[in-house]
Amino acid sequence: MSRAVRFAPLVFLLAIIAALVWRLATPVDSNVHSTLEGKPLPAFDLPPILPSKPALSSADLATGRPHLVNVFASWCVPCVTEVKVLQALKERGVPIDGIAIRDRAPDLADFLARNGDPYERIGSDSQSRVQISLGSSGVPESFVVDGKGVIRFQQIGPIEASDVPMILSKIEQAR
Amino acid sequence: MKRFLLIFALVAVQPLWADSNLPPAYWSDRQLPNPRQEAQAQALMQEIRCLVCQGQSIADSDAELAGDMRDLVRRRIAAGEKPDAIRAWLIQRYGTWISYKPTTEPAAWPLWLAPFGLLLIGAWLVRRRIRLRRGA
Repeated sequence: MSRAVRFAPLVFLLAIIAALVWRLATPVDSNVHSTLEGKPLPAFDLPPILPSKPALSSADLATGRPHLVNVFASWCVPCVTEVKVLQALKERGVPIDGIAIRDRAPDLADFLARNGDPYERIGSDSQSRVQISLGSSGVPESFVVDGKGVIRFQQIGPIEASDVPMILSKIEQAR
Repeated sequence: MKRFLLIFALVAVQPLWADSNLPPAYWSDRQLPNPRQEAQAQALMQEIRCLVCQGQSIADSDAELAGDMRDLVRRRIAAGEKPDAIRAWLIQRYGTWISYKPTTEPAAWPLWLAPFGLLLIGAWLVRRRIRLRRGA
């Protein structure tokens, strides 16, 4: 057997190890991105969940100014910290609307009283139907929707304090 | 030790927070009264991938979102929609990722061609074997 053939299995093994190390060092992005970015928001009309909050429909989002639509829930842990960042965005003039996934009125009222309430409108999506029609795969997620009701950007996972400039620029671009 | 147990208990309880307080959607774990429609829904649900437990189909997953998707599939099938239309609707939102059924897109060509390639390699190996025997 020639030398090259004898070392072939070793080279093969090293190649496999190299591939594994590379994949461990740079993991695959397992987020499922909505393919609706750049497309109009699917039509929806959600009922209100709290008496003090107007409901949310797709028509409320095509009003000529960009909106940030936050898909959230009172039972979602990362949403607790995110809502404070949303408050900061609201203070910078970003209109924020919420889609509450599988939520109950008392739980949501408690959540907002405890963590702050940046939302102009909140629609109740009790069976995740609007969430699925948006191509969203979990909570929290946020969509930048421009004045014509076109989805311009999808944020998967909570908006962190460090994401504020990025979100502000996305809103600016959607103007 | 006590502190360790406390931390362990906190870690163990985490997944419980990840679910809502609402009951499952009506059709999520209930069969359609029409057996033909239920069979169609089952076949489709086996081929739609769960967004939460990404290795499972929505038929197998216990995630709430999978339950809501089963409800959506059964409702639409009961309303007379074709399974392929429902699949297309989901692909429009989540991309081909959502469907387990292999597509005919160029990205999937190696998958379709692999069996023929493997057959050719096999034929070549067998031929070589036969030749070697004859030679010996």
